[in-house]
Amino acid sequence: MTTTAPVPPPDASLLRPRPEWPDATGHFGRFGGRFVPEALIAALDDLTEAYEAMRVDPVFLAEFERLHRDYTGRPSPITEVPRFAEHCGGARVLLKREDLNHTGSHKINNVLGQALLTQRIGKKRVIAETGAGQHGVATATAAALLGLECVVYMGEEDTRRQALNVARMRLLGAEVVPVTTGSRTLKDAINEAFRDWVTNVGTTNYVFGTVAGPHPFPAMVRDFQRVIGDEARAQVLQREGRLPDAVLACVGGGSNAIGIFTAFVPDADVRLVGLEAGGDGVETGRHASSITGGEPGVLHGARSYLLQDANGQTVESHSISAGLDYPGVGPEHSYLNDIGRAEYRPVTDSQAMEAFALLCRTEGIIPAIESAHALAGAVELGRELGPDALLLVNLSGRGDKDVETASAWFGLGRDTAPTDGDERAVEAGRGGDPGAPLGDAGTTTVQDGDAL
Amino acid sequence: MTVPPNRPRTGLAERIGAARAEGRSALIAYLPVGYPDVPTSIEAMVAAVEGGADVVEIGVPYSDPGMDGPTIQEAVDVAVRAGTGMADVLAAVAAVADAGAVPVVMSYWNPIERYGVERFATDLAAAGGAGAITPDLIPDEAGEWISASDAAGLDRVFLVAPSSTDTRLAATVQACRGFVYAASTMGVTGTRATVGDTAQVLVDRTRGVGSDVPVCVGLGVSDGDQAAEVAAFADGVIVGSAYVRQLLDGHGAEGVRRLSEDLAAGVRRR
Repeated sequence: MTTTAPVPPPDASLLRPRPEWPDATGHFGRFGGRFVPEALIAALDDLTEAYEAMRVDPVFLAEFERLHRDYTGRPSPITEVPRFAEHCGGARVLLKREDLNHTGSHKINNVLGQALLTQRIGKKRVIAETGAGQHGVATATAAALLGLECVVYMGEEDTRRQALNVARMRLLGAEVVPVTTGSRTLKDAINEAFRDWVTNVGTTNYVFGTVAGPHPFPAMVRDFQRVIGDEARAQVLQREGRLPDAVLACVGGGSNAIGIFTAFVPDADVRLVGLEAGGDGVETGRHASSITGGEPGVLHGARSYLLQDANGQTVESHSISAGLDYPGVGPEHSYLNDIGRAEYRPVTDSQAMEAFALLCRTEGIIPAIESAHALAGAVELGRELGPDALLLVNLSGRGDKDVETASAWFGLGRDTAPTDGDERAVEAGRGGDPGAPLGDAGTTTVQDGDAL
Repeated sequence: MTVPPNRPRTGLAERIGAARAEGRSALIAYLPVGYPDVPTSIEAMVAAVEGGADVVEIGVPYSDPGMDGPTIQEAVDVAVRAGTGMADVLAAVAAVADAGAVPVVMSYWNPIERYGVERFATDLAAAGGAGAITPDLIPDEAGEWISASDAAGLDRVFLVAPSSTDTRLAATVQACRGFVYAASTMGVTGTRATVGDTAQVLVDRTRGVGSDVPVCVGLGVSDGDQAAEVAAFADGVIVGSAYVRQLLDGHGAEGVRRLSEDLAAGVRRR
């Protein structure tokens, strides 16, 4: 394993040329826009205006970069993972280590920007939705840092399977509100956060966690996350003298993927591959692959691909990963898919967990289960492209929060009773059976579940 | 279901204008289709009309009703799980028209987009519907709906809010036909102890745009006294959660009828 020396901070990521989308009203082709009650339009307009002024303000830019460097620990390194790559058809695999950020994922990049924006518009209270809890933890962290009141909405189902992150948020001084409506997961947490916002919009800013929602969130969150790809592109060029053949990232709402894709969008020879949560398999209907298995519609303020039934009702998504368990996707991903600039593939729970175990045991890195979907994509794509390929994978988060779920999946720690949050893992995985030893590169496949 | 074509239709402005000619405000009742089941919800709508509602807002159940409070969420959740769809909505439209009130559909945008915007407009008109209220569709995003509603001769009701700028108020009123929905308080649907003077300020600002489109007030009215309070300055009083509460509490169509009678007396109080 080799790690590059830190590159200088990519100053003024926010000042770099942006893609030519969205248009002035937030449309990415036929996607995006604003499908919200009129009561929120003034707040969204104010936010758009304040953000556009802030992103070119040298005082803000200096503060944003100082926090990236001194607080988050940016730039995050690139790590080559040769023992993992032996399972990827011999392709070389580089990880962008967003898991090493303060709070443990890429979510902090966006939250620091939006928290500074909250200060700038003079509001004292922030609300956020969270699925896996990573965005909630990041928002609670930034709120503590900047002295803001913080309320996080989290589906009751998710508060159980991510109990550790609930405790972290509470330690940081945030109020965590379990949401008991609908499917009790991320989509319902977003509904509840919007209800709070429309009621308290005079005092409250909504710190949205992903590149979805009404304009300006998809564009603004992209801008705050693009530092991932801006850094990674420079780092890969510096150490390899070339660009990667493909850039891979998991996609739920899609903020880490947009974050690493954006810098590479103009590089037509670099494949951009988003890995959606395939759950039990797209063909079973129990999945969270909005682009692969959904159709265009309107949810949470924007038009995008989504999982819906014949009546236009949102269909519940299924994934072992709470952070990807969302029936929609950011509108820019839908657009990148339609114009053919990015491709999206499903990764099943089993494939993701196999890649999860593989990275743990070959490289000593415990990834977030979300990020493990991108790793599984690298195993598959590496085998397709062969030994000359250079793959860049966004390791968007670390797996500390997933230890219980993984233990249940692999049948580890049988002496302790599983928590409620492990039900899906126990049901879908090996339950009480311990795993077999890790196979060698020749016998391991992601398809048949034999990695452990 | 098959909808008999070309029912006679009354426009919203016409009905609200008739109430105004009687020296009162119009009573607009909201009920969702499919709670507790489709036939009972339609019976409740008819009871609302018999009790004195001039217009019925026929709610299309939606899985993610971001603008609704807990009362309406609880009811529509049942309807969504039961698979209530646009065919049921059109049946309710026809029943309300037959009962003598003006039916207007209230729907979040995705169920309409999924059904097909033109198809929705055509089928709604054929069922006798006056038009639709679209709480999460702003005129800026409504190009397809504006064309389809024009082609079918349907009313379209957008919302204004206390936070709307004067520019947006003017543009939204311009895009409305039938009435303008003044969402009087910042927040979600639900009954409130006081309606507050933000409602009157909003109505006055909306009228100040210089259009004669009626302005109706929703969000928070639950009884005859509050209805009378709002009727003093608005062309129509919209009541939703209080109707739904009657059904949630098991008072059935009879409870809905009694509430309508109380509210209908309220909008006539001088």
